[in-house]
Amino acid sequence: MEQQAIPAAPVANPRKMVAVLSGVAALSGLLIVGIFQFTAPFIEANREAMIERAVFKVVPGGTEKQVYGFDENSVSPDPTAARFGDRFYAVYDDNNTLKGVALETSGQGYQDVIRILYGYDPVRQVVTGMTVLESKETPGLGDKISKDPNFVANFDALDATVDPGTGDLAHSITVVKNGKKEHAWEIDGITGATISSKAIGAMMDQGLKTSLPRLLPHLDKLKKAAL
Amino acid sequence: MSTPTNESLDVFVKGLWRENPVFVMLLGMCPVLAVTNSVINALAMGLATLFVLVMSSALVSLLRNVIPKQVRIATYIVIIATFVTVVDYSIQAISLEVYLALGAFIQLIVVNCIILGRAEAFASKNGIGKSILDALGMGIGFTFALLCLGGVRELLGNGSLLDINILGPHFEPWSVMILPPGGFFVLGAWLLLFSWLKERSERRKTEKEASHVG
Repeated sequence: MEQQAIPAAPVANPRKMVAVLSGVAALSGLLIVGIFQFTAPFIEANREAMIERAVFKVVPGGTEKQVYGFDENSVSPDPTAARFGDRFYAVYDDNNTLKGVALETSGQGYQDVIRILYGYDPVRQVVTGMTVLESKETPGLGDKISKDPNFVANFDALDATVDPGTGDLAHSITVVKNGKKEHAWEIDGITGATISSKAIGAMMDQGLKTSLPRLLPHLDKLKKAAL
Repeated sequence: MSTPTNESLDVFVKGLWRENPVFVMLLGMCPVLAVTNSVINALAMGLATLFVLVMSSALVSLLRNVIPKQVRIATYIVIIATFVTVVDYSIQAISLEVYLALGAFIQLIVVNCIILGRAEAFASKNGIGKSILDALGMGIGFTFALLCLGGVRELLGNGSLLDINILGPHFEPWSVMILPPGGFFVLGAWLLLFSWLKERSERRKTEKEASHVG
């Protein structure tokens, strides 16, 4: 009986494998660079629009904003200042009066770092608003820091008076249990989002304590710039 | 299924119902459970997956005779990852809010087993037209399933649909519904409904045949 030939396993051609993989990779690279180039201006515009909305939300009554940067021992208009750190926004109304400043700050939340933007009125020395820029807090619980209207209302006029003697906050911003707010510098916490709401209070306290001493001595610079 | 139109229609329709990737094949459970806490997230995730599925199926089908068998999975992954990156940037350009809400799940479409599964099981063996139909059917079936979950979860967990309040201000939202356990509850309920429907239609079929014989 004749032995049947066993079909040989298909031999891999390494050249072809390398050629196909390189070809597909090159095509993929081209596509990605193309879409990146195409979408970059739209994404940048979206980011700007998001910040702009946030700035005018936390400083009510403003119509115009100017990007400022903190430097060594002063402040100056600087659109290139790094976000989350050295940058803040001065907000003016139609008559070029300074309505307030918007500052960014961040801190550890329950899931990940939370970044917020808050407004500060240097004349009345109060926080005028707060909005969450970035958070991964639990939907339905921790994300109440941006959705709960009662919590957000805490920041409509949160007392942040600066002690003229020390240059520091007269009272630290503290978060108290829901319904226990007694003083203007206290934040009514959220039941069910204790960690997240406390994180907001802590990062705001921290942010005010680091920013205000660098900002308040140079208020005149902000006022003149708009003229 | 004798005529070609019937056959291609069948290729398209099977993903919607009979072989629905979520309700029948139970594939891609990770995004199904994770991002369906609102209708808009479910819709964005579904459309993103649909796009990646269609584009990668088309390209895999086009290249199916060129790709050596030994490197096919690597090639598929590169192709899928490319289209996922395209979707990633496109969503950022369309809406940052949706992008932030979907978090890491857009990037994770790369490892969504529905897409690699269709590339391996269908697109690598069929022509481009049929592969696109198959991908469309599967993608729409997946989107439909996500919307089923997202709709129920947003309605019960937030009292709204597409952020429009439906149940009024006196409705106390069931927060658990938008948390991970709610995803399991709602998925379980839908699976129950689907298998009940399937069983009923099969029972009717056998009853009909029995009476026909009798």
